[in-house]
Amino acid sequence: MESANRHFSEKVRWRWLEVAFWLCTLLPFVVTPSYLSLASQIAITALFALSLDLILGYAGIVSLGHAAFFGVGAYSAGLLAKHYWGEPLAGLVVAAVAAGIAGYAMSHIVVRFRHLALIMLTLGLGLLLHEAANSASGLTGGADGLQGVRVGTLFGFKFDMFGRTAYAYSLAVLFVCFLVSRRIIHSPFGLALRGIRENATRMPAIGAPSRAHLRKAYTIAAVIAGIAGALLTHTTSTVSLEVLSFQRSADVLVILILGGAGRLYGGIIGAVIYMVARDQFSGINPQFWYFWIGLLLVMVVMFLPNGILGGLSRFFPPKT
Amino acid sequence: MLSSLATVLFDGFAYGMLLFLLSVGLSVTLGMMNFVNLAHCSFAMVGGYATVTLVNSFGWPFLATLPMAFLAGGFISILLERTLYRHLYRSSDLDQCLLTIGIVFVSVAAFAWLYTSEQQSARPPEWLRGRIELFGVNFATYRLFLIVFGLAVTAMLVLLLERTRFGAKVRAAVDNQRMARGLGIDVDRAFMLTFALGGGLAGLGGALAIEVVGLDPTFALAYLVYVLIVVAVGGLGSIGGSFAAAVVLGISDMAGKYYFPWLGAFLIYLVMVALLMWRPAGLFGKR
Amino acid sequence: MVAQDIALELPQGVRFALIGPNGAGKTTLMNLMTGMLAPDSGQIFLGGEEITALRPHHRVKKGLARTFQINTLFPQLSALESVTLAVLERDGHAHNWWRGLPRFGAAIDEAQGILDSLKVPGTRVTRELPYGQQRLLEIALALATRPRVLLLDEPAAGVPKDESAALFDAIAGLSRELTILFIEHDMDVVFRFASKIIVMVGGRILVQGAPDEIARDERVREVYLGKTHA
Repeated sequence: MESANRHFSEKVRWRWLEVAFWLCTLLPFVVTPSYLSLASQIAITALFALSLDLILGYAGIVSLGHAAFFGVGAYSAGLLAKHYWGEPLAGLVVAAVAAGIAGYAMSHIVVRFRHLALIMLTLGLGLLLHEAANSASGLTGGADGLQGVRVGTLFGFKFDMFGRTAYAYSLAVLFVCFLVSRRIIHSPFGLALRGIRENATRMPAIGAPSRAHLRKAYTIAAVIAGIAGALLTHTTSTVSLEVLSFQRSADVLVILILGGAGRLYGGIIGAVIYMVARDQFSGINPQFWYFWIGLLLVMVVMFLPNGILGGLSRFFPPKT
Repeated sequence: MLSSLATVLFDGFAYGMLLFLLSVGLSVTLGMMNFVNLAHCSFAMVGGYATVTLVNSFGWPFLATLPMAFLAGGFISILLERTLYRHLYRSSDLDQCLLTIGIVFVSVAAFAWLYTSEQQSARPPEWLRGRIELFGVNFATYRLFLIVFGLAVTAMLVLLLERTRFGAKVRAAVDNQRMARGLGIDVDRAFMLTFALGGGLAGLGGALAIEVVGLDPTFALAYLVYVLIVVAVGGLGSIGGSFAAAVVLGISDMAGKYYFPWLGAFLIYLVMVALLMWRPAGLFGKR
Repeated sequence: MVAQDIALELPQGVRFALIGPNGAGKTTLMNLMTGMLAPDSGQIFLGGEEITALRPHHRVKKGLARTFQINTLFPQLSALESVTLAVLERDGHAHNWWRGLPRFGAAIDEAQGILDSLKVPGTRVTRELPYGQQRLLEIALALATRPRVLLLDEPAAGVPKDESAALFDAIAGLSRELTILFIEHDMDVVFRFASKIIVMVGGRILVQGAPDEIARDERVREVYLGKTHA
């Protein structure tokens, strides 16, 4: 039936606004070349937020410890570059695999719980990893971070202080991962994840193996988060303990909610706004930054529960 | 060896009493309304700073400020409950988390601005600060005070819960909210009072904590983790569970710092994760 | 003890009504059958195969489907998306994260067909559907799993009179090969659709039999039907 199929195919189509958005991401090369480092960091944060969206926005898993996978990816890439091989793409692969394994392992625990126990477990596992990295200073450099990370060239381009290679690299990886995520969301698996989010009770009643689905989603999200972590290592040539911190987990959560979870672009929009604002206000005492972020969170929850994209969706139909 | 073990147990138990005071309110309110209030330690911070101000700026004696700390914590919690929390009782876990995390951020920043980020102190009277010798072992008087105080509060709470009508209503609401409402119990009012009591106890805990762990604006986040561990491990809505979990956590933490300092907080988190996996509803939880 | 000493056999193709006062254990029985609750003792068989140890979603794969008394739907998914999901899960395609949904035309068409037969519009978001159509969507989701046995928990619950006709048509139109067990309080529905009635009281089965036997049974009258239904 044509019309029935159209119900699905119209959601998969690229909107002109999306195309325009991605074209705009090329602007920093030309318009604000002095801000390319910041642009790379935004792209990395956007990728991290996108990975969280897969489990939070689409599957409904509230995680307060997602930085664990970001950190695993960052340290894996850092250790590879420091001890064996500085090739960035190899670092990406290693980071993806390491984070994927960590994610797969943790997913067996995480999918069995809900509500407070789930929140606590994700928080606890994140804190655990942070402590472990802190203690294992022989391997990780402890609180001082990983020193001596030598990142090689990317197709002959050096990572220099102008940031062009960094931004091109980050943007390209972000775009590829975005395409993959988009594919996932518009697939049967993506529909199943939304089903779990919408009504976890109904899923087994239609024969769905919810836990298997969730494990898969969690693993994929971990892989993408790990890749984001590796990008950070490559673009900054360091790994600090902070990549595993609760602060990072909380920040990415705020960013995703700000932009709007479950809308594919929410993490990216949130990252842009958050990072640009933070850069603009970087002169101000960091405490005041968190004051406004806190206030913003309260406002968003009370008045704009679907984030910025949710508020805007009155003007544009939602992606899914 | 034995004396160091005794010290660890003693100090750990005292620390546990402190954690109990900080956590019991959250446990009961979570059990009653399932509202995830991550800002609970901000109430503690309010009480702590109230004491600091009264002692240092107004010259009040330390013990006299304790009731004020209690009231400060209670007041703030009622204020937040009536204005914000009330609207989110049926919202998702995520929304409640986000709202209350937002409040934590605001409170941390606000206190940093008002009092700077430095450690504050509010000294208890001389006679509480020394050491006492019992059975050949030296104990810090203040910690003894904490233990006695903590046990007294526990006893009062148990009496309140088991012997008063208010307590019966609270127990009914924790057990089965719908049924309690059906029986004509004003659950919302009982909850508000419980929330205030819990916030007050947290404020009290915040004031008492100053001498033991200090006070600075990061208190609201730093101790949140410990409080959540106590609540999650002890079981929602259970005073006995919070007590047991707080004591276990207090002693484990002391033992860890004393015997395995290189492990840091790793041990605590590992124990929590393991316990939660074994009993997701907490040791004494109902679900 | 909410349910005890239940010995029940549901032959194929027969339509059973499960009635009893509130708290009699009817929904508990359904939860036990679907696996949402585990029995303290006893066994459950489906088509000769023991399913007692099977998790709920495995039982669905074996052909046991249910609807819920309170609408348990996917609020932000459209009706068509919901039923398509059920079909995809049934056929084992839901793990596929690489191919786009539009490529699964057969599943989409089948879902549309089910919705058409129940007269539920497909493209509206579930939470915007009127209550009666949501109840029908409940049934559509269960039917999408191609069950052999269908458990309906108060299908007519809360449906206003003007929408109940569509519901009754839907129930009447259900395949005669399906074994159906439905919980109902509305006696009109019961006597219209059931070929056998099971009466539960206080967690036990009081009596079971043909509708006219049950209507005449003194104990049942006393407990439940009331003297007016002669």
